[in-house]
Amino acid sequence: MIISTYTMLSSGSKLALFIALTVLALLAGALLALNARRRLFGCAGARAVGFVGLVAGLPALMMGLSRVEMEMLYRVVPLAPLAGALIAGLFGKAVGRAGAHLVTSFGVLVALAASILIYVDVLAGNTFNDTVYTWMEAGGITFEIGFLIDSLTVMMMLVVTFVSLMVHVYTIGYMSEDPGYQRFFSYISLFTFSMLMLVMSNNFLQLFFGWEAVGLVSYLLIGFWYKRPTAIYANLKAFLVNRVGDFGFLLGIGLIVAYTGSLDYAEVFEEAGNLASLEMAGTGWPLITAICICLFIGAMGKSAQVPLHVWLPDSMEGPTPISALIHAATMVTAGIFMVARMSPLFELSDAALSFVLVIGATTALFMGFLGIVQNDIKRVVAYSTLSQLGYMTVALGVSAYSAAVFHLMTHAFFKALLFLGAGSVIIGMHHDQDMRNMGGLRKYMPITWITSLLGSLALIGFPLFSGFYSKDSIIEAVHAAQIPGAGYALFCVLLGVFVTAFYSFRMYFLVFHGEERFGKAHDAHHHDAHADDDHQDDHHHGLAPGQKPHESPWVVTVPLVLLAIPSVLIGYFTIEPMLFGEWFKSVIFVGDNHVGLSELAASFHSPLGMAVHGLQTAPFWLAMGGVALSWYFYMKRPDIPAAIQRRFSAVHTLLENKYYFDRFNEVFFAAGSRLLGRGLWKGGDQALIDGAVVNGSARLVGWISQASRLLQTGHLYQYAFAMIIGVFVLLTFWFNRG
Amino acid sequence: MNFVVPDFYPAAAEIFVAVMALVIMLAGAFARSVRWLAYTLTQLTLVGAALITIFVPSVDVSYTFSGMFVSDLFGNVLKLLIYLAVGVALLYGRGYLADRRMERPEYYLLAVLMTLGMMVMVSANHLLTLYIGLEMMSLALYGMTAFDRDSVRSTEAAMKYFVLGALASGLLLYGMSMIYGATGALDFVSIKDALYFQTANKTVLLFGLVFLMAGIAFKLGVVPFHMWVPDVYQGAPTAVTLLIASAPKLAAFAMTMRLLVFALFELAEQWQAMLMFLAVLSIILGNLAAIAQSNIKRMLAYSGISHMGFMLLGLVAGVVSGETHNAITAYSAAMFYAVAYVLMSLASFGMVLLLARAGFEAEEIDDFKGLNKRSPWFAAMMMIVMFSMAGIPFFIGFFAKLAVLQSVVAAGYVWLAVLAVVMSVIGAFYYLRVVKVMYFDAPADDAPIHAPAEMRVMMSVNGLSIAALGLMPQGLTYLCWIALLASLT
Repeated sequence: MIISTYTMLSSGSKLALFIALTVLALLAGALLALNARRRLFGCAGARAVGFVGLVAGLPALMMGLSRVEMEMLYRVVPLAPLAGALIAGLFGKAVGRAGAHLVTSFGVLVALAASILIYVDVLAGNTFNDTVYTWMEAGGITFEIGFLIDSLTVMMMLVVTFVSLMVHVYTIGYMSEDPGYQRFFSYISLFTFSMLMLVMSNNFLQLFFGWEAVGLVSYLLIGFWYKRPTAIYANLKAFLVNRVGDFGFLLGIGLIVAYTGSLDYAEVFEEAGNLASLEMAGTGWPLITAICICLFIGAMGKSAQVPLHVWLPDSMEGPTPISALIHAATMVTAGIFMVARMSPLFELSDAALSFVLVIGATTALFMGFLGIVQNDIKRVVAYSTLSQLGYMTVALGVSAYSAAVFHLMTHAFFKALLFLGAGSVIIGMHHDQDMRNMGGLRKYMPITWITSLLGSLALIGFPLFSGFYSKDSIIEAVHAAQIPGAGYALFCVLLGVFVTAFYSFRMYFLVFHGEERFGKAHDAHHHDAHADDDHQDDHHHGLAPGQKPHESPWVVTVPLVLLAIPSVLIGYFTIEPMLFGEWFKSVIFVGDNHVGLSELAASFHSPLGMAVHGLQTAPFWLAMGGVALSWYFYMKRPDIPAAIQRRFSAVHTLLENKYYFDRFNEVFFAAGSRLLGRGLWKGGDQALIDGAVVNGSARLVGWISQASRLLQTGHLYQYAFAMIIGVFVLLTFWFNRG
Repeated sequence: MNFVVPDFYPAAAEIFVAVMALVIMLAGAFARSVRWLAYTLTQLTLVGAALITIFVPSVDVSYTFSGMFVSDLFGNVLKLLIYLAVGVALLYGRGYLADRRMERPEYYLLAVLMTLGMMVMVSANHLLTLYIGLEMMSLALYGMTAFDRDSVRSTEAAMKYFVLGALASGLLLYGMSMIYGATGALDFVSIKDALYFQTANKTVLLFGLVFLMAGIAFKLGVVPFHMWVPDVYQGAPTAVTLLIASAPKLAAFAMTMRLLVFALFELAEQWQAMLMFLAVLSIILGNLAAIAQSNIKRMLAYSGISHMGFMLLGLVAGVVSGETHNAITAYSAAMFYAVAYVLMSLASFGMVLLLARAGFEAEEIDDFKGLNKRSPWFAAMMMIVMFSMAGIPFFIGFFAKLAVLQSVVAAGYVWLAVLAVVMSVIGAFYYLRVVKVMYFDAPADDAPIHAPAEMRVMMSVNGLSIAALGLMPQGLTYLCWIALLASLT
């Protein structure tokens, strides 16, 4: 009977029923699954029931969403996390800790489910590019919110929502003791919303909105522990450095608007041919090069390319889930995504591409070097991120946009995995981040160990792992490229492979293998690393002597496992459609004069064949060399690194000080702008503006307004007189015109 | 001479309101003890009139009463907004009047008659119809201004308002007689035709125009015909001030449009110059004088003067060296401005009413001190209103100013736009001072806000609508544009 009633329902009520049931099942499931730990229901079976609810709820959610119109679904994707963020942020006290993480995770889950459905739809060949809301029109330019849904967008949506969901779940465990729990969930959901708005945009205004919004959330999250002076310093630094990049970005957008009169991608791309033939007024520079370099300066800030990279390592002051979500997997790739999206513009300027290539190659190699000398586990991963972003940028420079985006995707998975693994280690070590205090964690944290190993193998590009396919494609593309700077880039990326393998496995060996160094002399080390740390929880940092690390709770390890799967497999399954198939055909544009990936495509037969072939190429042996060397240095002969450090102390000091970028910025830019600011303040502001303009005009206005008060005498005859005078003045118009 | 029964349908709403005025009068005479009756009947009258306005007339332009009366989209949109403004103003004022033992049926009767007067003004297609509507509205307003008849201030304000209003009416009638003398017609369509075929004596016509302009300027309250505004706003009971400062501005706008655009469009270049003169003076004097005020009703009065000047800028920009293609955009910008001003005016005087209680008038800016501590929600509402009046993005006041300035710039008067922007920056000072007082000063008294629930809800809706329309102004912009397009072409 129930079934017959059901079939009689209209499709609208079916949908409502579906969604209601799904929400109920998921919420009940999540509640039971998560709260069983706190014995809310006092029943051993509660968690099992909860899991059944979750497992049953998910397909129901998908079925429910699949009945929603596609255009509605596009709106659901960014709005679901936004709703979560607003509820957790504004009503954090009311919904409580469990409420905050449930509602935000559910929002992101809905976004992920909707993204999967949109992916299926795009796979069937449907794309979308339209305005959903016009905000205003001014001077012939329309400001609107619109979505461009194509293969590039949907890939980014999947990556963002998937990694974000993993991070949401992970955070439940990682931040469980933190007093700012709800605030944190609100921020990460808000970040997800902003990032989705950025990638789904079909115009420059919305792109800029998302760009700034992710920057803002990143700023808030780096300084999440706002009582730590180091965190405040780091978030201010990130903010200021990003301003430099955004300035370029805004100039680029401004040039585009000035010459095309449009903010819409499609309209601008149509005009691209004309732009290429123009010169910038007054300077004679090719306009398209100026635009592309300006846009790329924005990307340099966001994607941390030399010399605007200085904020990223410091951003590790934020909680680890953030490092995974924002500073490794998603936000920092916004620059790469943007350049790939703008391929129809960049393809028209060889000069800009060479600039991109050289910057990327420099970042890839020299930031890798810095990873070697770091002792903080998160900083190693941070420098590795910088170096990998360099690889993506290199790919952009040689017109292999799809390889860049492919590496962006694989990197998102394995870098999020490595970061969350590092976070798990940090939990196990009771918030001690110094690798010199670790060692031998393999037997205490088996899941973290195996997933980190898989992540590291993916990072160094071991054949068959996802990183292998993306990185090898980039190297091959650089090899085939003809544009100026390709030789230098090839050298950098090849040497970079060796360096990557060396520092990755240095970290791996120091943390998981060898002698157990924890619980010994940790006081000496980490207290000076965190001298001014008054992290609000009552953890004491590091393990007490004799204490052993233990594996993290399941909310931490499950995301690790779920991220490990794509880290290993996704390259194998997606390389063919993404790089050589039709997937990006209509989205990414490669000019006829650029090689791009065409040579690689000619020699590509199958993913397996590529892996077998990879065994005979230089990158593989360089990587193996790096692994072997790190094994020899850190497992076999731990005295050698110390000896090298003594012998080449100058090089080591240079690396320790990060090539003195920070020092240079402090002395030159920070002090210089302070000097300039002081001059403008004293001379310009106080004397001229405050003295003459502001106070002077204020006095004048005040005097006139007091005088005008006298006009209003309160006498009726004077009022009438004023009106008569008014009539006479109006009559003068009659005399003049009549 | 055979008598033709006129078509009553286009005037159905006016007839309904007139009948209801009689009903309210009877209710006031025979059911005085039922305190809620007059108020409820008045609100029902407004709702009924709104329903009739929406559903009865066709959308086309239709004339009746031998061409004295017109029903068109322009008029209907403005009438609907007038019902809304009057309804909200009565809702806000009710508690205030009850506290002061002034909530008598006659008050609502006058309000309904005022509404009827405004409706006739809005739909007038004839100089005499317009004049009758204007007087009907004004006489009701004079009466309401003096409603607190034992208060010296209130009666003084009413006396000033009445004498100056009579003078203005005299000027207006004189101007009308000149127009009639020059064209031989009283209805707007014939006047327009007479001008178009150049059969009118232009010297007499322009002479009449000057006097019409004086009457219009008095109703709008623009410099130098503004002197009554501060005194009346301050002297009248605040509930009445709210009525004077809201719906009549829409009616005055309609009157301006009917006279200048619907009838005397051929003289646009002449009246534009006059309006520009009035607008510039109003913007300058209104903003500067508002700074020196410590009484918030007086401050809002001067702010209203400058807003009306701003609104006139839209009318200045219609015809540029004979070209009329920008006219509808410019006039719809002015209409948008008038609507936005009425919304903000309702909310700002509504806040003054909200803070007032029995035996206490929240008239001074100092009475807003520390409002944020007493009621963060209403402090936020007042902040929205003040920001919007100052023209800060993204509230409705910003888009209103933007639209007007765009048409001014499109008409080539860049200096005018610059002047207007500079003056609104100066004007921002006194709006922001209210915000500063609310948020940064310590409260002078910490009595809880005492207001009926429906007023709190309406106040919140009013404040939020100012913010919401700032985010989504297109609907209202389109409404103003289509109303003018449908009625003018």
